[in-house]
Amino acid sequence: MPVDPSLSGRTFPPTQDFEVTEERVAAFAAATGTPYAPGDPAPATFPIVVAFEAMQGLMSDPDVGIELHHVVHGQQKFVHERPTRPGDRLRAELTVTGLRQIGGADIITTSSAITDADGALVCTAEATLVHKAGE
Amino acid sequence: MTVAAGWQERTYRITRADLVAYAEASGDPNPIHQDEAVARSVGLPDVIAHGMYTLALAARYVDEEVGEPGRIKQIGAKFTRPVVVPAEGTEVVVVGEQRDDGTVLLTVTCGGEKVLGAATAVLRG
Repeated sequence: MPVDPSLSGRTFPPTQDFEVTEERVAAFAAATGTPYAPGDPAPATFPIVVAFEAMQGLMSDPDVGIELHHVVHGQQKFVHERPTRPGDRLRAELTVTGLRQIGGADIITTSSAITDADGALVCTAEATLVHKAGE
Repeated sequence: MTVAAGWQERTYRITRADLVAYAEASGDPNPIHQDEAVARSVGLPDVIAHGMYTLALAARYVDEEVGEPGRIKQIGAKFTRPVVVPAEGTEVVVVGEQRDDGTVLLTVTCGGEKVLGAATAVLRG
């Protein structure tokens, strides 16, 4: 099934608030061997935890027509306004910025605005998802 | 554009236990990153690392070279080739080249093959 062609430009509801704790950051850093001491900012790719929630919202929406098992992460970029830190309360709001078809695959580009408890932008996470339907 | 500095090459070992820990820490439980049988069933040669795992290693490299966390303003890459992680583990090699505008061009390879495309970080001043 092809992806809903009107998807481009659509903004999805924000994720639930995510509490950034020392424990979560330390576990993420440890898994990748990244040096981390309490009080340090989170590793630069840590906001994927929140962005991934937003992507799950897109991929599990039955109206969108994405088959979860046919999605490959093609590209990812983080633009930080400031480092994420323990104590932050973050949420992500995902917008589909583009949709095109190449060789039977849907190339879905997304941008998730990750904001803190004051509503200030902390990080923009841009992801490209490659969806090969019906393989 | 002037090349300000070539950074040292660093080698990072990846084991399946790391991928299990990363799946838990990042909230991405896709079994192709943990289970050999599932990976093979979808046509992969073996378990593969999350693309985000490899990008996290690239960020770790920048943190280690810069010597302090939190200096990365931007980081991104294309996931051009999977990093296959057999039972005995594998190694990824990262090397960077810093331009005088704060941009760091990163080359990330596994078994001599580039695994990330256009991997770039930008440092804050």
